[in-house]
Amino acid sequence: MELRAREQNGILVVHVPQDRIDAASAIQFKDRMREVTQDSPACVVLDLSQVAFLDSSGLGAVVAVRKALGPDRVLELSGLTPSVQKVFRLTRMDTIFRIHPSLPDGLRDAG
Amino acid sequence: MPADNRPVRDGPCPAALQLTIPGHAEAVSAGLRALLDARLLRALPDEGRGTAELVLAEVLNNIVEHAYARHSGEIEVTLSRDAGGILCEVADTGLPMPQGAPPAGQLPPLEGDNLPEGGFGWHLIRSFARDLEYRREGGRNLLRFRLES
Repeated sequence: MELRAREQNGILVVHVPQDRIDAASAIQFKDRMREVTQDSPACVVLDLSQVAFLDSSGLGAVVAVRKALGPDRVLELSGLTPSVQKVFRLTRMDTIFRIHPSLPDGLRDAG
Repeated sequence: MPADNRPVRDGPCPAALQLTIPGHAEAVSAGLRALLDARLLRALPDEGRGTAELVLAEVLNNIVEHAYARHSGEIEVTLSRDAGGILCEVADTGLPMPQGAPPAGQLPPLEGDNLPEGGFGWHLIRSFARDLEYRREGGRNLLRFRLES
């Protein structure tokens, strides 16, 4: 799975240029995230604005990424599409993650 | 009904469609795209279509992960339109549901450092699937539910 990561102003923005994170791609997503967040700054923002579909396996993978970052780094999310937002809301994971409607201006061109 | 050579039987009248999907994750992902592209589900508003994809994905992924944990097989999906919405019938020849019934779908607790990475599937299914019925018959699991359209 292709991911585009760019560090700017001490934040690592990871853009997912795929339309789904599902059971077929969740493991690849986790593995690639582990690679791109190695030695990352303390704040990682996952830009999901292109992901139209995320199932419970995809959600589990996002949770696993957050846990893999450990206690000293934080994973925030940005640009959830309506159906992805619905999965976070129904599982109450929207209470666990900080979710931005879109990337802040300074980071918008990242990835 | 036997599976025919074409993946989706989708006639001029979008009343029913049937798809046989090999029971592994990549095939389920491709099968879902085929179902979503079929006329019966294309006719739904965006939100209903998104919900249909999510519920069907969770049902099919559970079959791959649990019913076919020990042997492989196929999943037969039949969708039809009725007065209550879209009737979904899903059959597989895998292991029966534990305790002979689908899980209640309670959310795992989201407390502490050890956040759950799974256990959300049946909660999502039960959030949207109506009139859910499960039965085991002749070595097959038959799950039937309705999605409001």
